[in-house]
Amino acid sequence: MIVLYDYVLSASAYKVRLMAALLGVKLQLEAVDFHPGRAHKSAAFAALNPAGTLPVLVDGDLILTESTAMLVYLARTSCAKWLGGDTAKAQAQVQQWLAFSGRLAASLGMARLHDMLLYPGDINALRHQGHAALRELEAALTERRFAEQDWLAGDTPTIADIACFPNVVLSQDGGVSLDDYPAVRLWQRRIRSLDRFIEMPGIHRLHELRAAPVQV
Amino acid sequence: MIASQVLNEWYPVAMEQQIRAGQRRDTQLLGMPISVALQDGVIAVQGPVRTFPVILRFGHVWTCPGTPAHDLFTVPEADQPGRRLVDVGVVRVKCSPLRAVENFLDIAHFPFVHTDVLGAEPHTEVNRYEVQIREDSDEVWATKVTFYQPQAAKSAEGGGQTEYMYRVPAPTASVLYKTCPARPGEWDVIGIFVQPLSEELCEVWPWMALFDDVTPQADLIAFQQMIFVQDRSILENQLPRLLPLDPGMEIPTQADLTSIAYRRWLKKRGLTYGAQMVAA
Repeated sequence: MIVLYDYVLSASAYKVRLMAALLGVKLQLEAVDFHPGRAHKSAAFAALNPAGTLPVLVDGDLILTESTAMLVYLARTSCAKWLGGDTAKAQAQVQQWLAFSGRLAASLGMARLHDMLLYPGDINALRHQGHAALRELEAALTERRFAEQDWLAGDTPTIADIACFPNVVLSQDGGVSLDDYPAVRLWQRRIRSLDRFIEMPGIHRLHELRAAPVQV
Repeated sequence: MIASQVLNEWYPVAMEQQIRAGQRRDTQLLGMPISVALQDGVIAVQGPVRTFPVILRFGHVWTCPGTPAHDLFTVPEADQPGRRLVDVGVVRVKCSPLRAVENFLDIAHFPFVHTDVLGAEPHTEVNRYEVQIREDSDEVWATKVTFYQPQAAKSAEGGGQTEYMYRVPAPTASVLYKTCPARPGEWDVIGIFVQPLSEELCEVWPWMALFDDVTPQADLIAFQQMIFVQDRSILENQLPRLLPLDPGMEIPTQADLTSIAYRRWLKKRGLTYGAQMVAA
């Protein structure tokens, strides 16, 4: 069983939970008291991950501490289609977006932690950097639509989409609105409509796309 | 100018354990800068010109920026042996502190905001329940509240009818009592303590006193943070931003009885910080 050291409000941990759910892979979730206990900074946790970050994925003797690496591992071990195309260009594009997702975490993700869990930071600078990243994403997704493509890399959803999705949708938690980014809004709805999609606080399922429940 | 009725109430401003551990908390209360810190081994709250009185209760630091009109409320059930006390930690929400309390009192949103946890379609009906403003204690109480819940608590297995009582003992605090999955016949106790930073910004400290010998502490905290943060984006988008106390402003339904009693109680007592009296 793959173990994920998890925090329910972490965008990075959700990335991994979502990927596993979409792939139909069962994770054993171990909750870590990130807030208010800061258990991820404890000596016991440092033995597992010296960087003191969440999430951490453990599968046998493999320990991963970077969420994008976890996406690669989950996809490669269960459904490699999620890794994107085989060409040099396709593979490089996926890597480009995985790295880009780090910029989303450092801007929109930190703005959210500032506004919600009182993390220190220059909130105006974080939001400004977040908007800069969203403008790039909006431009790229608009180009993709002109090419009649729905996803960031390739003609099916990939780990690139999953890596970027959480911090984009949660941007409003940090005071950044998606109102100015229609291509981004359409793309995030596509991800939310995937089979086996799961939620996290702040990212809801698409109630309106589901059939009306039958009155019992 | 803040009304004396507002100043003379008690407000939560910190988690006791964090201050005891040596953390200093520079924060805000009713628009005033305050700091909470350990001074000579004692937890003190420093206001802009003087120190404020302090009560340590329910794992949190409470203070009163005026002259306390009365003692801080108590929760006798919290002292029952065998309960787990859980400090859930602070979450900041850009909303009126009164709206944060009102949301806590609302049941009708469970199937839509806490889907498959505290509620699920098609079980959306709020059954009749009783609400009173108790004259002796000057508190708002809702009793005989029942609702179908798929997963009422971390320790719950499967769905079922959950019974609730709600209580508002202070303007920015509420406590609920709900069916305890581990010990039928006892109540689980869950509170939210809301610190009003300003009229449109608050920090919320959920807290629990549960019978649950099984679930790890981190899971209990995660469960309650999940529930509260599901509410957060809703709260931040509510309009008008101040809680309307003008009865002409909104049309309540049967399901809103507790909310209406809370609003009347606030108005009667002049606790209007975070509220608007006349429709804007």
